[in-house]
Amino acid sequence: MLRRLHSEQPDSFAFTAANLAWTETQIAKYPEGRQASAVIPILWRAQEQEGWLSQPALEAVGDLLGMDYIRVLEVASFYFMFQLQPVGGIAHVQVCGTTTCMICGAEDLIGICREVIAAHPHELSADGNFSWEEVECLGACTNAPMVQVGKDFYEDLTGERFREILAALARGEVPTPGPQNGRYAAEPLSGLTSLKDFESGRDQYNASAALATGLGDTIKRIQGDEVPILKPRAKATATPQAKAKPAKSAPVAKAAAPVASAQAGKKPKMLKAAKKAGADDLKNIKGVGPALEKLLNEMGVWHFDQIANWDADEIAWVDQNLVGFKGRVSRDNWIEQAKILAIGGETEFSKRVSKGDVY
Amino acid sequence: MLRDQDRVFTNLYGMHERTLKGAKQRGHWDGTAKIIKNGRDWVVDQMKASGLRGRGGAGFPTGLKWSFMPKESDGRPSYLVVNADESEPGTCKDREIMRHDPHTLIEGCLIAGFAMGANAGYIYIRGEFIREREALQAAIDEAYDAGLLGKNAAKSGWDFDLYVAHGAGAYICGEETALLESLEGKKGMPRMKPPFPAGAGLYGCPTTVNNVESIAVVPTILRRGPDWFTSFGRPNNSGTKLFAISGHVNNPCVVEEAMSIPLQELIEKHCGGVRGGWDNLKAVIPGGASVPLLPAHLCDEAIMDFDWLRDQRSGLGTAAVIVMDQSTDVIKAIWRLSAFYKHESCGQCTPCREGTGWMMRVMDRLVKGEAEIEEIDMLLDVTKQVEGHTICALGDAAAWPIQGLVRHFRDEIEDRIKAKRSGRIAVAAE
Repeated sequence: MLRRLHSEQPDSFAFTAANLAWTETQIAKYPEGRQASAVIPILWRAQEQEGWLSQPALEAVGDLLGMDYIRVLEVASFYFMFQLQPVGGIAHVQVCGTTTCMICGAEDLIGICREVIAAHPHELSADGNFSWEEVECLGACTNAPMVQVGKDFYEDLTGERFREILAALARGEVPTPGPQNGRYAAEPLSGLTSLKDFESGRDQYNASAALATGLGDTIKRIQGDEVPILKPRAKATATPQAKAKPAKSAPVAKAAAPVASAQAGKKPKMLKAAKKAGADDLKNIKGVGPALEKLLNEMGVWHFDQIANWDADEIAWVDQNLVGFKGRVSRDNWIEQAKILAIGGETEFSKRVSKGDVY
Repeated sequence: MLRDQDRVFTNLYGMHERTLKGAKQRGHWDGTAKIIKNGRDWVVDQMKASGLRGRGGAGFPTGLKWSFMPKESDGRPSYLVVNADESEPGTCKDREIMRHDPHTLIEGCLIAGFAMGANAGYIYIRGEFIREREALQAAIDEAYDAGLLGKNAAKSGWDFDLYVAHGAGAYICGEETALLESLEGKKGMPRMKPPFPAGAGLYGCPTTVNNVESIAVVPTILRRGPDWFTSFGRPNNSGTKLFAISGHVNNPCVVEEAMSIPLQELIEKHCGGVRGGWDNLKAVIPGGASVPLLPAHLCDEAIMDFDWLRDQRSGLGTAAVIVMDQSTDVIKAIWRLSAFYKHESCGQCTPCREGTGWMMRVMDRLVKGEAEIEEIDMLLDVTKQVEGHTICALGDAAAWPIQGLVRHFRDEIEDRIKAKRSGRIAVAAE
């Protein structure tokens, strides 16, 4: 299916500071050098922030992960949840139209979308507030027919109820997601046939609806500060070792450690350009990819010996000022590596780089 | 009927506490360390003895699959990957596990990870399940806080880290190698096999991909023993199973039942019967979109397990039962599945990329009756050219529903074509 970038693109894209900090928690889930694995969650967050994916957003994600832009575009155009054109300002409505929903009345819901929102899928409504599309099975078939609005499923719909929901959204309200016919979750409507012991004393909502009402972010554009950003419990390690891989699990209490100010530490001496002999290939340092190398060059770091000579204060400053890569100097132990590389030595990792195994 | 105390998923509807505390009250995380201390071979042998067959559709024995993982590492780490990309039309069982009984899955991941020598696991959940992802992550955080994951997980001596990853709306990522590609940050295009994931999977390392339900039933099987599990269902089809019944029944629902339960009993007991009564039944798709449908006359004695349905040239698949009553335009229902497969074909193999569109367009003509009788056989011929000629099974899955339709409802297709034609002639004659 042909999916292209939108004809009109914004000039720029930038993650909010909180969203940028959040991207690091996603990258940390994957082993060193495998940061591309985080591309789907990070693109998704870009879409949550803006509503859709623009070309500058794709490029920003590519830079962040050290991926070629074309690889990011491949992913964005392959996966159907990524919207490559602007969506309705209030909500983008996704109607499940696959067989179960179809035989339970999804075609009526699509008719309502055509009537109330816009004649064609992916077309903005006249007021720019809504857009819609028919999507393939959303995995709530026993609650058919259903639609997804923002983050949430509205299930067991009738045409009438769907109209009410659209009208409420237009008024700025967010109706409670979940089954709309009085059911709790996926149990039989007429009453439980199993697991009857727990029926009394149940929470007001099923797990999905409880999260939706608790967080209240069904159709919100996500800025990243809605929920505390938790550091990943363990850093995925790539070291191909047979035995247990030590996981540096951060104690939970420290998860919300105050972010040190950007002024912490002392700025090391930077160079305006590489020395005459030419810049060193900083990618020989484990933990420095193409994107990080570019960033370092822009800051004025071109050589191993520069890094090797940083003292504790200077390390702290660089750790704080690597936009999108905070803390990498100490986390990946650049100094020790740079000391070896500066005198012409080799590390395990640099051997792999020179063999062409890594980049 | 299956008794409540024999159900694995005791909080399927989320009415009991969904927290770790609630899970422990229901008996989960009980003696996990003891199970693991029995050793890797013991766990695999018990799983083999339980006869558990993969719950994701193909029905491959789970214990056997685990035994393919290398015993000694050659320097590469091993990975457990859980396939939570539940997208097969009709299927909505794993969603209930992840949002309402997530600790069954997390405990299962730890034990399965140990049994295959993996210190890290990834749960790949479909992108649309946003709340389910949040619920699962919250449960994982709880488990970390309680020391059940991480270093020396649950005091078992085994280190295990569990991460949640997600997709973004591509059905094909439910195919295991496409899932691995997606997890590596690429387009979800299936890989050629061999090498199989157990040899070279995620990041080129030994990997086993299991369905959510397959993993989530593991701890209960090991606690109660294989004999308990095999006491349900016919031989070679043992255990309990989540069934998701949708479509034209009075009360669609997800419910755990014993394998080999008669279809009629399943529908009458839990779903309040077919809309308009059993005689109003037209057809049933017994295992999610990719298995051929069963016409009503076969449903009378239908038994819901792998072998019986395979003998009827259908399949249990994911046990997602889509019920259609007499009011259904069954040709259109299958046409919609053809449209689904056309939409979801990844485009890698020509027979599937072109064939799915081709099949959908011919189905389109059959729905309207604007076709020649010969086109039915031509369509069958096309399905045979797609089936078996692609890297992954999506091509087969696109072909089977159409083959099933023609096998059982050829009369209806022909009648529609004839009616259309005679209608035309009648108009012309006036």
